[in-house]
Amino acid sequence: MPMVNIAGKEVEVDEEGYLVDLSQWNEDIAKYMAVEEKVDLTDSHWEVVNFLREYYAEYQIAPAVRVLTKAIGKKLGPEKGNNKYLYELFPYGPAKQACKIAGLPKPTGCI
Amino acid sequence: MSDMDEMDDGSGIVKKFMFLNRKAPHGTVYALEGLEVVLITAAFDQDVSMVFTDDGVYQLLKGIDTKGIEVKDFSKTYRALEGYDIEKLYVDQKSMDARGLTEEDLIVDVTVLSVDEMANLMAEQDVVISF
Repeated sequence: MPMVNIAGKEVEVDEEGYLVDLSQWNEDIAKYMAVEEKVDLTDSHWEVVNFLREYYAEYQIAPAVRVLTKAIGKKLGPEKGNNKYLYELFPYGPAKQACKIAGLPKPTGCI
Repeated sequence: MSDMDEMDDGSGIVKKFMFLNRKAPHGTVYALEGLEVVLITAAFDQDVSMVFTDDGVYQLLKGIDTKGIEVKDFSKTYRALEGYDIEKLYVDQKSMDARGLTEEDLIVDVTVLSVDEMANLMAEQDVVISF
C-alpha cells in the first residue's frame, strides 16, 4: 500500500487515501487529509472529527452518515445534527470525508 | 418520486429479516461479516432482528480481550446497533444455559427466548440469513 510523508513521518494509507493504522493519527495527519479532501479545517470541522474519534473509540466502527447525523444531534444539538449543516462542512459526504480526516476507516457500507 | 414509482421498484416494502448468528466470534469470519451485513442492511429500513444461538452467544460476551490472538475486538460494535435502529436482539435460552451464561454476562440488552418462542419468531420472518 502507498506510503506518504506527513510532517516528516512515513505513514501508510490505503488506495483511497485512508490511514491504515489509526493509532498513528495526529493533528498533522488530520491537516494533511483535509488538504487532500479540499476541506478548510475550522473549529466546527474539528468538533465533528473529534466526535467521530470518540464514536470509534466507543464502538470500533465508523458510523454510517445517517447514524452520525443522529448521534451528533443527540450530543451537540439539532442545529448541528442535520444534513445541511454537516454537508456544508464536508460537501463530499460527512461520513466519508470526516472519517478520512479523523484517521478512521471508510464507514461500513459506504461505497 | 411518486408513490406509484416507489411501489414499482419495491422500495416501499418492509420485510422481516432475521440474522442468525451461530458461531463463536473469532476463528472464522462469520461473526464479523454477519455484523457488517446487518449494519449495511440497516440502511434499507427493513424490520431486522438478530438472533444469537449455539456458540453465537459468545459474540455478545462482556470483557472480550483479543490481544493474544491479534485480531480486532468488534464486540463493542454490538452496542452501536441501537444507533442503527436495530433493537431486536434475541438469544437462545438453551445455548445460554449450556454455557453457564446469563444476561448479565452480555454486552447488550437482549431478550432470552425458549425453543418454542424462537421457533415462532423464525416462522414469522420473510427472510432468515444464517452466519
